[in-house]
Amino acid sequence: MTSSQEKSNQYLSSAVKRIQPSGIRKFFDLASSMDNIISLGVGEPDYSTPWNVREASIASLERGITSYTANAGMLELREAISRYLENEFETLYNPSDEIIVTAGASEAIDLALRATVNPGEEVLIVEPSFVSYAPLVSLVGGVPVPVATSIENGFKVTAEQIERCVTEKTKAILLCFPNNPTGTIMSKLELEKVAAVIKRHDLLVYSDEIYAEMTYDNQHVSVPSLDGMWERTILISGFSKAFAMTGWRLGYVTAPSHLASGMLKIHQYAMMCASTMAQYGAIEALKNGKEEMLEMIESYRQRRNFFVSSLKEIGLTCHKPGGAFYAFPSIESTGLSSEAFAEKLLFDERVAVVPGNVFGAGGEGHIRCSYASSLSQLEEAVERIDSFLGKIR
Amino acid sequence: MEKEMELLRLLEKNGRMPVITIAKMLDLTVEKVEERMSDLEKRKVILGYSGIVDWTKVDSPEGITAMIDVKVQPKRGVGFDEVAERIYRFKEVKALYLMSGTYDLSVVIEGTTMSEVGQFVSEKLSTLESVLSTTTHFQLKKYKHDGVVFEDGDEDHRIVVSP
Ligand SMILES: Cc1ncc(COP(=O)(O)O)c(C=O)c1O
Repeated sequence: MTSSQEKSNQYLSSAVKRIQPSGIRKFFDLASSMDNIISLGVGEPDYSTPWNVREASIASLERGITSYTANAGMLELREAISRYLENEFETLYNPSDEIIVTAGASEAIDLALRATVNPGEEVLIVEPSFVSYAPLVSLVGGVPVPVATSIENGFKVTAEQIERCVTEKTKAILLCFPNNPTGTIMSKLELEKVAAVIKRHDLLVYSDEIYAEMTYDNQHVSVPSLDGMWERTILISGFSKAFAMTGWRLGYVTAPSHLASGMLKIHQYAMMCASTMAQYGAIEALKNGKEEMLEMIESYRQRRNFFVSSLKEIGLTCHKPGGAFYAFPSIESTGLSSEAFAEKLLFDERVAVVPGNVFGAGGEGHIRCSYASSLSQLEEAVERIDSFLGKIR
Repeated sequence: MEKEMELLRLLEKNGRMPVITIAKMLDLTVEKVEERMSDLEKRKVILGYSGIVDWTKVDSPEGITAMIDVKVQPKRGVGFDEVAERIYRFKEVKALYLMSGTYDLSVVIEGTTMSEVGQFVSEKLSTLESVLSTTTHFQLKKYKHDGVVFEDGDEDHRIVVSP
């Protein structure tokens, strides 16, 4: 580091200095410097947003509706979210004071943590997990505590695992099912067992359910719909994945009103409100987007089946992910670390995947492959991985 | 049957998909998929497998497509079916639909030249006894056909690695 860099770094807060840049970012920099890449590294749908949704947003612009909305988001959208959650996931939230429209689920996670975590309080994070959880906990002065899951259990978290990590400083637990990067989902029974420990220790739950619609064999079970969980859960979701709206930056967070009003304070000062034209698109997505969403999900399911059985054919152990669009095969048999594997695969065969270690404890020995790519790309990727395995074994 | 609908939707999108790929996607054995497909063919649910070609991209005498609105006098006892059959038997006729509204039949004709189509309409179609009138519309450009967008800029805008 040059001395001028050191000097300017003195201005950075210690919290910011403590956190690492995302491991995904590092792989992005590597992969984007190369061409002819087949990418399984993408954490987003390969579809564009359905046309009717885009059209609704365009229409709002044409009518010149370009001002701020209410801080919590347009009431019409909150009402639509409320109806949607009730119909699809049996969770009830009052649109007037229990729902906040955010700039993506990303902002929702940040709001939830900022509104609830005091410095020094521990937040359990079920890992492997989405990359932003632990750094965001650190940024608010909390202590992220990993609860590691592993392939033996299909990356499901158990009550005992949680029990072992709870201390008197534990304030909350962060759950994400269907999970990024493992695609794991939990059944109602499994969640109820977990809920029992959570209730016993009186923990708060952040439940990131952004992939809720994208389950392939079993219906998604929403955490706040479980007995005694609603009052202790902050639900995080959004439009990015199921409605193929990543670039719109639109999500939402729901919680009992005293928690929601806390989050709203932060949101109103930090963000004012989510993008207005995006909110118009979102209303259309919730009202008329189901059919196209189901088509997309059918296609993800088919590609999951194809990809996972192809991985098995070439000798990679992989649990069958029940949701999202990620497969998380084990590469342990190759003797390489996940990072070395991903790097070598990228250089030798030009296939981009994300090393499992960037997703935290339990992720080492795995790679994340997104199957949200065309079938021909997936076929080609499997061939290349196969030839790579042939060379390194 | 749930998987049957799924199989049909897949084939409708891509009739050339290898059976082994279909089997993996639907979580069925290859034998099962072959069985279902041949059953669907026998039941005439699947009527054929065809490609969608953008003829403007290859060096060929470009075809002409016309859609002709036809008003007919239906016949007692057989309604529109008899005249419809007389029309769809012509090899120039690519599609034929009975319509509601201001005319009765919509006939899609493909020919190599404009005059060939003209000749078909004036000599074969409008001379049929029950045909009262015809209105011919020539197709100028294909934007979308059978659910497929022609000239789609479908490049991947995503960055190679993302959350
Ligand atoms: C588990 C999880 N939560 C949240 C997000 C962020 O979603 P959004 O685009 O709504 O901010 C992602 C995106 O990859 C994710 O995988």
